[in-house]
Amino acid sequence: MVAPGEVAPSGAGALPSDEHQAFRLMRFQLRDYLRSRRFLLMTALTLAIGVILTVVVAHYRGGLVSSPAAFYGSFWGGGVVVLIVFAGIIYGGDAIAGEFQHKTGYFLMGLPLKRGTIYQGKLLAAYLASVTAVVLYLAILLLNGIYYFGMNAFPWQLGASLLLALVYLAALLGTTFLFSSLFKTSAYAILVVAVLFLFGFGIAQDLVESLVKIEPWFLLSYASPVIGNIFANPYPTTSTSFGVTNYVASVPEAVLIMVIYFVVTTVVGYLLFSREQFT
Amino acid sequence: MSGPSLATSGLGKNFGAFVAVQGLDLKIEGAKCVGFLGPNGAGKTTTLKMLTDMIFPSRGEAFINGLSVRQDRKRALSHAGVLIESPEIYPSLSPTEALEMVAELRGVPRGEQPRRIRTALEEVKMSEWAHQKVGRFSKGMKQRIQIASTLVHDPEVLILDEPSTGLDPRGMAEVRAIVREQRKHGRLIFMSSHILSEVTEVCDEVALIDRGKLLFYDTLTNVTARFNGGNAQVDAVFARPLDPSVVNQAIPHLPGVKAVELLDPKRVRLAVPPGPEDQAQILEGLVALKLGLVSFKESAGALEDVYMQQISRGD
Ligand SMILES: Nc1ncnc2c1ncn2[C@@H]1O[C@H](COP(=O)(O)OP(=O)(O)OP(=O)(O)O)[C@@H](O)[C@H]1O
Ligand SMILES: [Mg+2]
Repeated sequence: MVAPGEVAPSGAGALPSDEHQAFRLMRFQLRDYLRSRRFLLMTALTLAIGVILTVVVAHYRGGLVSSPAAFYGSFWGGGVVVLIVFAGIIYGGDAIAGEFQHKTGYFLMGLPLKRGTIYQGKLLAAYLASVTAVVLYLAILLLNGIYYFGMNAFPWQLGASLLLALVYLAALLGTTFLFSSLFKTSAYAILVVAVLFLFGFGIAQDLVESLVKIEPWFLLSYASPVIGNIFANPYPTTSTSFGVTNYVASVPEAVLIMVIYFVVTTVVGYLLFSREQFT
Repeated sequence: MSGPSLATSGLGKNFGAFVAVQGLDLKIEGAKCVGFLGPNGAGKTTTLKMLTDMIFPSRGEAFINGLSVRQDRKRALSHAGVLIESPEIYPSLSPTEALEMVAELRGVPRGEQPRRIRTALEEVKMSEWAHQKVGRFSKGMKQRIQIASTLVHDPEVLILDEPSTGLDPRGMAEVRAIVREQRKHGRLIFMSSHILSEVTEVCDEVALIDRGKLLFYDTLTNVTARFNGGNAQVDAVFARPLDPSVVNQAIPHLPGVKAVELLDPKRVRLAVPPGPEDQAQILEGLVALKLGLVSFKESAGALEDVYMQQISRGD
């Protein structure tokens, strides 16, 4: 018992579990994200992509609005993949590196947290912050969809594609976090992640497909088109025309690639961060 | 549990080929304040970072309350309040939110949080800023919030790296008051500092480190006595300038006084036995001389003398 006015000593028993700590850390981190300039930037980007596609669709119509599946496939499939890449760069790029550069990690490291808990909490927060952008984009999409097709014309692929997008987001952020934990300077981390996702994967995929001529199953960018492809009927398959093979990942393949990316990068990043010293 | 403790055994750290800390064996127990001294680059911050698992030792181990910080960082640090290397708080949070985060992560019961947070902010005189964004605070204001964050869960052990850097004179005085208060409540404070007067005022013991090696760890009284021929040093201040005859005759002849040094016309430094009984007797003797004695206290300069002596010896 503790006398009034006194406080109980910080007993080990009162310590929250690792999971609770990760969740609580996520809440405060998310709060910081949502108040930061990067949230404004991400929201602006989302609106920009949404508005551009709205205008393009409104202007050209034609095939773009020939059917709900065609509309949702191009509007959603085309936009959300780009959006997720930006979210990864903006919320994940310096998530770990920034803890060193901005010295906020030194504050967290004084607390009774496992290093892994910090990693988890931040990854969760970056995920949820990114989801806000996806949700905003979804809202713009639905408003357009309802305008063209009414309330009863949502193709079943839309739900599946949303799930795929959420899995892709996890894979992308896992990879971003891994790269972020390789650096202790925010700018480097963001630069490397941006170059990697905006050009690196694409160039690697072109090279592999055209020169080595094998299925680029080891590239995350090979999996992401599934988000748009799923709207196509029939689902596109790998085809060769004029000697050039156009590789397409099937839905199970794409999901597997994304899940493996998430698991491997998260485990490696987590292990790297667990060995990181705050010198 | 038997009260707060900090320990290191054979603790050492290399940065590449450079040996920053070596063979550090410390065992600190009980409610007290220990000043951790040493010149720039001596290895103080490195030691404190190993004590809190921010960096990993190259050799040896560190313990908080008997728990290995490397093997069980979570439980070990649950007993400690830590402030090392002017960290930053997420800039968009307010002090109240930042302390809420600390309280949540440390498992302070929800019902107690508001009161504890309010008290901690009052202690560092930041209540007025409780809801502003930390990102816009000055260096000293941030440091105050950092200090508050070490107090929220009422830790048994406080590990502080130069807690008064960046603070204004009043802030420094407040830090001293906080440390004294914490010690009174049975807390163990291990604090690096370059401000010897601060250490003399609030610490019971000092550890001196130079070039990664511990030179000594002992009580303040023993340290000053050991390096002053077994005597403690006391400064006596008087209301009126002293007569040379008083300095040369009357004071030296008081029983117990080993040496007298005139610091300025109204101030003398006495070498006296370290025991409180002897010092009480000398104080009474000085009063009886009716010289207008206004203060009689352990000399802050004594620690500085020891420090200079010990550090220059290494050159
Ligand atoms: N990350 C690092 N890489 C290389 N050397 C380091 C690193 N961190 C500290 N050192 C070296 O270790 C030594 C001890 O540094 P430390 O920061 O512990 O000193 P200190 O006693 O805290 O000094 P100060 O009083 O200036 O704060 C210094 O020589 C420093 O250059
Ligand atoms: Mg230092």
